[in-house]
Amino acid sequence: MAVDLPSLMTSLKARFGDDVLGHAVFREQYVVRIRRGANLPLLRFLRDDAGFDMLTDVTCVDSLSLPQDMQADYPERFAVVYQLYSVPHNERLRVKAYVPEEPCEIDSVTPLWEAANWGEREVYDMYGVVFKGHPDLKRILMPDGYEGHPLRKDYPLKGRGERDRFQKYTEIPPR
Amino acid sequence: MAGETDTSRSGPQKHGGSGYITTTVDALINWGRRNSLWPMPFGTACCAIEMMATLASRYDLARFGAEVIRFSPRQSDLMIVSGRVCLKMMPVLIEIYNQMPEPKWCISMGACASTGGVFDTYTMIQGVDQFIPVDVYIPGCPPRPESLIDAVMLIQERIKRGERQTKLYDRTRHPLDFAPLALVSGAVEGAPVLTGSRHSLPGKDVPFQEQSFGPPERIVTHVERTQAAQRGTQAEQQKSP
Ligand code: SF4
Repeated sequence: MAVDLPSLMTSLKARFGDDVLGHAVFREQYVVRIRRGANLPLLRFLRDDAGFDMLTDVTCVDSLSLPQDMQADYPERFAVVYQLYSVPHNERLRVKAYVPEEPCEIDSVTPLWEAANWGEREVYDMYGVVFKGHPDLKRILMPDGYEGHPLRKDYPLKGRGERDRFQKYTEIPPR
Repeated sequence: MAGETDTSRSGPQKHGGSGYITTTVDALINWGRRNSLWPMPFGTACCAIEMMATLASRYDLARFGAEVIRFSPRQSDLMIVSGRVCLKMMPVLIEIYNQMPEPKWCISMGACASTGGVFDTYTMIQGVDQFIPVDVYIPGCPPRPESLIDAVMLIQERIKRGERQTKLYDRTRHPLDFAPLALVSGAVEGAPVLTGSRHSLPGKDVPFQEQSFGPPERIVTHVERTQAAQRGTQAEQQKSP
């Protein structure tokens, strides 16, 4: 039995009202667009009542350099993306929660899925989105002393000089 | 004439038929060193696959006396940097290089280790020779095993000639972490990186000032040397009749 995704969209809208900004269908893939405040209750509803019991990925989109017509889809700069999978129904669903530049934070979904732990750490590392309630929010890929979040579109591709700042081997001066 | 020393050679000399040789201690030690190079494989990416192929039976680096791969830097004297080195790996590379006993040599294998290759991004070191001394560079992406063998033979030849890494390097003045961003020109200490507002920091192009060793000398490859030798013999043959 497959999930009836169109009617699920209607019931989400009825249940969460204004927090659901809408949904989109792209090549039969359903995307729910929500406000960031609703991510915990909505994902809990999807997990417990709609059968989407597995979180396959947490990632993020920075809309800064998107073309103008695509930016219309982004009420805020960042979108934290949750990829859900329903094992009993073999269905997938994508949830996008929009996060502004300031304050750049959203509730962590680690209470729902342990799997969100490292994904959220990666999003924090690369985009600087702070996940409130995360048990151990620290960098996962970049070195600890690193400053900045390199996957933000306004971060220079070649970095800000970090890669050239190691100390060089210095010659021992002749005695 | 039997028993006469050929002074043009510095290796072990055989005298007559009486079964003894004379040599200098340096020449003997260098003979041992060049024929038992113990590589430290610093394989971080796809080039390492080619390095493994070189070590395996088809190309068999053991034929050149360099088969004892040591994963302990304390026991090795030839570092083979094969692959990309990123911001987080560079302190590890420096630490391992520091731990190797001298005399030591270093091969930078492939485009990435030598120049950063196609990965011109914030996290890639644009050539390990910026920070550690490199003796032989191998071009290619990835280089063929023959190139790595050629590089090892070049190193062997340098040892045979009694060459060391000509410069000694100060290991004590070598902190392992990168400098704080405040040292990068244009960056302000405590700048609110988290705000996400566009920061107008300059890109990479922070010039390197303290150049403490010059560009590497041009290294004549094995092929060039053989060709030169062949040309020399041909010229002699043409002259002699
Ligand atoms: S030079 Fe090519 S083969 Fe070698 S590490 Fe770089 S990308 Fe991989």
